[in-house]
Amino acid sequence: MCQCCDTKKDIYLPQSATVSKTRLMNGTELYLRLSMDDGRLEYQPGQFVEVSMPGIGEVPITITSSPTLKDGFEMVVRRIGSVTNAIHRLKPGDKIGIRGPYGHGYPVDEMKGRNLVFLCGGIGLVPQRSFINYILDNRSSYGELTVLLGTKCYAQRFFHSELTGWTKRSDINFFETVDQEDDCWSGDVGVVTTLIPKIEPQLKSAQVFVCGPPIMYKFVLMSLAEMGIPKDKIYLNLERKMRCGVGKCGHCQINNFYVCIDGPVFRYSDLNIAPEAI
Amino acid sequence: MSVRKLSKNVLTGFVDGLISGQKVIGVQAKGDRFEFAPLLSVKDLRLDYDVTLTPPKKLFQPPVETLMTYSADEGYKSQYDSEKFVLIGVHPYDMIAINQMDRIFSQDNCDTHYFARRDNATIIACDVVTPSENVFASSMGTAVVKKGYDILLTDVGGEYIAEAATEKGEKLLAMADGAPEASNQDLEKRQQVWDRNNKILNKHKLDCKPSDIPNLLAKAYNHPVWEEKAKTCFSCGSCNQVCPTCYCFNVQDDVSWGHKTARRQRFWDGCLLDGFTKVAGGHEFRKNRADRFRHRLYRKGKFVPAKIGGEIACVGCGRCVGACLPDIANPVNVYNRLVKDIGV
Repeated sequence: MCQCCDTKKDIYLPQSATVSKTRLMNGTELYLRLSMDDGRLEYQPGQFVEVSMPGIGEVPITITSSPTLKDGFEMVVRRIGSVTNAIHRLKPGDKIGIRGPYGHGYPVDEMKGRNLVFLCGGIGLVPQRSFINYILDNRSSYGELTVLLGTKCYAQRFFHSELTGWTKRSDINFFETVDQEDDCWSGDVGVVTTLIPKIEPQLKSAQVFVCGPPIMYKFVLMSLAEMGIPKDKIYLNLERKMRCGVGKCGHCQINNFYVCIDGPVFRYSDLNIAPEAI
Repeated sequence: MSVRKLSKNVLTGFVDGLISGQKVIGVQAKGDRFEFAPLLSVKDLRLDYDVTLTPPKKLFQPPVETLMTYSADEGYKSQYDSEKFVLIGVHPYDMIAINQMDRIFSQDNCDTHYFARRDNATIIACDVVTPSENVFASSMGTAVVKKGYDILLTDVGGEYIAEAATEKGEKLLAMADGAPEASNQDLEKRQQVWDRNNKILNKHKLDCKPSDIPNLLAKAYNHPVWEEKAKTCFSCGSCNQVCPTCYCFNVQDDVSWGHKTARRQRFWDGCLLDGFTKVAGGHEFRKNRADRFRHRLYRKGKFVPAKIGGEIACVGCGRCVGACLPDIANPVNVYNRLVKDIGV
């Protein structure tokens, strides 16, 4: 009956992976370095995996490392539900289940030679970091690189030393802001959209990648529209709870798109009916 | 493939033979309604039924199924149903829905759990004898089916025409002792049944061609009908539950007492239910009832058709019409309203 495959592979069966490193980066975000027990995980920037905790459940998590990372892959997991709380209890040497990678990530080849702007809100940095580090590792293949990051408060910032590294590099324009004033923070204060006027010259010629909480898209897209950035130059990295990751379960469907197979990175102009998307 | 004529007695003997040899699921009465259930005696088989409470999809995608087990020693292990069975009495509209599900579960990534059950099944479809209260298969072009079944039975008044369509069906039909080959006259009678069903399975008449629906919906996203209908929606998901082309599911883990082993199960889910699109942190992308109501009809009339080559994913069984307490689920009413207001 099934004439679609000869493999008869169970698409829902996780493969075993081992945690090699964990670090709690702030109160809620855990950094994990993992490697598959059976070979290497081949992925593209922006793709995600389904992470299994036995007896607790499965959640979709975007890979935050660039595929140029030689040793394993990285995730950042916010503690928010039963599975992610269990992930937070993992220690180096522990085993977890991984399915994937899934989805259409960033258009890495199409973007070669172009100027790129990344707009990140809080944990939205995590998926974007995969492509940003990919660009930094293939720097001559891409044009001007600009990254804007807005975090709710100073205490919630993460990847401190990496961000400091970006500030020091001359081949990346990095601007950061926090929403609330803090004694420890001497930089910009305000939501991420307040940084947009600073990069007006870069924006005019760039492809723009946006990732953040649902509320952020609304205001960022309004700002970009005011600046006259056309929708086909804007890419959105959307979040949904993909129960299956393989285009069946229906949970991540936005109109005719499945975030798990058509996304999670979408060109804004392709999302013809936006109200449900963001 | 052979086409044979079975008298009532021969059919009885044939089904008896099937029951003694393997698991048979057949249509039978449940109170004053009907259901697909394990058939223990041919006396219970009701090929004259109007419509079953739930569609036969439950046999291929059960309401709850274990996808895999986990133990600390062995890790994850896939679980499959391996029991072969014969399914008797699938109406054409339900057969067409199964054909659509076959495409859905095979495309992009093949779902081996679905196909383990599907491959185990031999389907004996049957043409409709008694139109149900809400059927509109004639409007949807699903009153007669031409493929997908292993055998098709047609009641031509006191006797049955049985057509084998696959090797599996041919082998099974060979067990029908005393069934002569159907004559041209028999085939003519069967054609009359098909012609009749193409007309009379039409309690709700669609005012456009089914193939017009995707374009109609393309113009209707902001039409007031979604808010108007959804005002009385209970978000109960009954329309999802009884629909032969609803296949959305949720996945959950269940741990044993003692925490040594666990299993991962999938459950039917419904896009009308509140919380269906909720993500971590609490944001819900279709929080509004009207959005969920619209999503269901767009899925049937536009989104799923785009995935399966244009066929409309509403087969006109009418189950949702009967299951919906506030009486808003009838797709024909919505589509006809749009035809009236917008035009095809």
